[in-house]
Amino acid sequence: MFEILEKEVLAPGIKKITVKAPLIAQKTKPGNFIILRVNDEGERIPLTVADYERETGIITIIFQEVGYTTELLGSLEVGDYIKDIVGPLGHHLELEGYQRVVCLGGGSGTALLYPKVKGFYEAGAEVIAITGARTKELIILEEELAEVSNKLYITTDDGTYGHHGFVTDILKDVLETEEVDLVVAIGPVPMMKAVSEMTRPYEIKTIVSLNSLMVDGTGMCGGCRVTVGGETKFTCVDGPAFDGHQVDFDELMNRLTYYQEEEHQCRLAKEVNK
Amino acid sequence: MAIQKEKTPMRSQSPEERIKNFDEVPFGYNKEEALREAERCLQCPKSPCVDGCPVQVPIPQFIKALRDGSVEEANEIIKSKNNLPAICGRVCPQESQCEKVCVMGNKKEPVAIGRLERYVADTMLEREKNISADTAEKNKGAADMALEVKKEKKRKVAVIGSGPAGLTAAADLAKEGFAVTIFEALHETGGVLRYGIPEFRLPKKILDQEVDYIKGLGVEIRVNHLVGKSVTIDELFADGYEAIFIGTGAGLPRFMNIPGENLNGVYSANEFLTRVNLMKAYKFPEYKTPVKVGEKVAVVGAGNVAMDAARTAKRLGSEEVVIVYRRSEKEMPARDEEIEHAKEEGIIFKLLNNPVRLYGKNGRVARMECVKMRLGEEDASGRRRPIPIEGSNWIMDVDTVIVAIGQTPNPLLPKNTPNLATESWGGIIVDEKMATSRKGVFAGGDIVTGAATVIEAMGAGKKAAQSIKEYLEKEK
Repeated sequence: MFEILEKEVLAPGIKKITVKAPLIAQKTKPGNFIILRVNDEGERIPLTVADYERETGIITIIFQEVGYTTELLGSLEVGDYIKDIVGPLGHHLELEGYQRVVCLGGGSGTALLYPKVKGFYEAGAEVIAITGARTKELIILEEELAEVSNKLYITTDDGTYGHHGFVTDILKDVLETEEVDLVVAIGPVPMMKAVSEMTRPYEIKTIVSLNSLMVDGTGMCGGCRVTVGGETKFTCVDGPAFDGHQVDFDELMNRLTYYQEEEHQCRLAKEVNK
Repeated sequence: MAIQKEKTPMRSQSPEERIKNFDEVPFGYNKEEALREAERCLQCPKSPCVDGCPVQVPIPQFIKALRDGSVEEANEIIKSKNNLPAICGRVCPQESQCEKVCVMGNKKEPVAIGRLERYVADTMLEREKNISADTAEKNKGAADMALEVKKEKKRKVAVIGSGPAGLTAAADLAKEGFAVTIFEALHETGGVLRYGIPEFRLPKKILDQEVDYIKGLGVEIRVNHLVGKSVTIDELFADGYEAIFIGTGAGLPRFMNIPGENLNGVYSANEFLTRVNLMKAYKFPEYKTPVKVGEKVAVVGAGNVAMDAARTAKRLGSEEVVIVYRRSEKEMPARDEEIEHAKEEGIIFKLLNNPVRLYGKNGRVARMECVKMRLGEEDASGRRRPIPIEGSNWIMDVDTVIVAIGQTPNPLLPKNTPNLATESWGGIIVDEKMATSRKGVFAGGDIVTGAATVIEAMGAGKKAAQSIKEYLEKEK
């Protein structure tokens, strides 16, 4: 059992919690994720570790309420417990050896982006962070990102804050004017696809972090399989980060839709029981 | 009185009834039936059945004790060799082990050893349940304290994985006086016994009771610990564990590598069964993990896992469930009873067929192209090799495909453990003592052999426990 120590609402539907999980805090590196199960009836869902403190054994999880389980998690308060957490899972990112890195986050992907921005920055790279959301109130971690990046751009789809448009607009300008040796994109699949398409002609290494459906997260079920460079890979043990120029994003998008009806059924039942 | 020629039948749910629920199919013997079957044992002095058993249960002796009216004694005799009899009585392939060599089987049907083992184990579990309900609460505090005191003095052994190999090794080591901790990656114990084998074949309450027995021996179980990630082998040694047993199983699903395999509606058997068994998707939406089966399901493969997947799909409401297998009936690796039960439940068998391509419609699998096969010469496994018949391709409509063509060792732990030697196909290399290339690290079960049976994994766990004991005595 893992007790929730702190809780903060970062933006409507985006929440941050901290829990004590010493083993995970001890081992996590940027790019790793955990799998948690809220209660006995719950499903196992993967979430990125947004931050960790080795000394205190506390990990931070930031998540967007996009479905039944994340909403349930969001309804828990300080002092409540999460039944199971296992991790760190997946490969961490190699942070060394880059001069200038562009990190793009879309929506709650920004939360997942934060540890990577921090990691590259601390490893000595010049980091350009670009974060975007639909509207101003959904922009999160602005101060935190500013602290661990050399330049921070913000975009909103509706123009209520920062650049009026998409993160890719800014990326385009950066690619035209700066020497970049790595691009990291985390967010909705169409955004990661668009970024990868944009960097392809420049032949800049582009890493995307995939959000496949998972059950165990240890390579056992293959539910998270994805085609990368024509080969089947498991997001949980081979990823979650892959070369964006090699990922079959259309297949990934299709696989993410498979349980939409069941998701709806769960949320509907919750509404009815309210 | 003439000896009864056939095995005493076991009553079971009718096929029509059972395909609508997940309750266990055979009910198990009652006392009368068990005694009637026990009478059939010839008590032959040579007892080939004992050698037929991978953990060498003294079969004639336990049957004699049962016949003499002492279930307790029968249970003790079984448990001297087998820590999980209620499980083995249900899932062992007795027809290719103890019952295969039963002398009675030469002319008549062999003694139903598995059913008798189940009867003894179930009877005892039932009794223990009643006793423990009364006294458990009272004794708990004292027992915990006693355990704590003892633990301090005991030498520590770590067991990785709480499947059949790990549970067996842990139990044997605990009985030898070691402080054993099991590290389990999932949130529940049991490994393949929980995520793989369905409720209707091995009820989870039976598994829970067997695991409770092992905990009662003083074994500590830590779930949500993925060794290799959460904690490494070297860190376990640094933490004071003096020997380590790896029983992490064959958790990596094999796929067919044919076009269309990543369409929606195509599952590995591991995913399909894990959703249903471990995550209880058959109780969706009470349990929140969904599983989706359509009207027409094809299961590829003919082992126990394939039968489990097919029968599970049927229970989830699929109209037509077809087993597609590239060899013939004779080569099917599943237990006889599973094949028989599958047939009774209306599973269709399309043998000597191999899928070559899957076609989708709106992102979901819709058709499967197969090629017909014939059998050629025997291959290395001693089975006749299947050969495609050119130009015989045909197409079947499907909306769900479950790939059950085997599992390979889970590479996660070996990959994250320096200097642990493995085979090219991923199995951990061990010597005749089950010792790996790392000092103090032993391994057994599917992680060594590739996917095999529960009882073989238990046999390996037993052997490794003995070796670990000898190793620690030397290392004093």
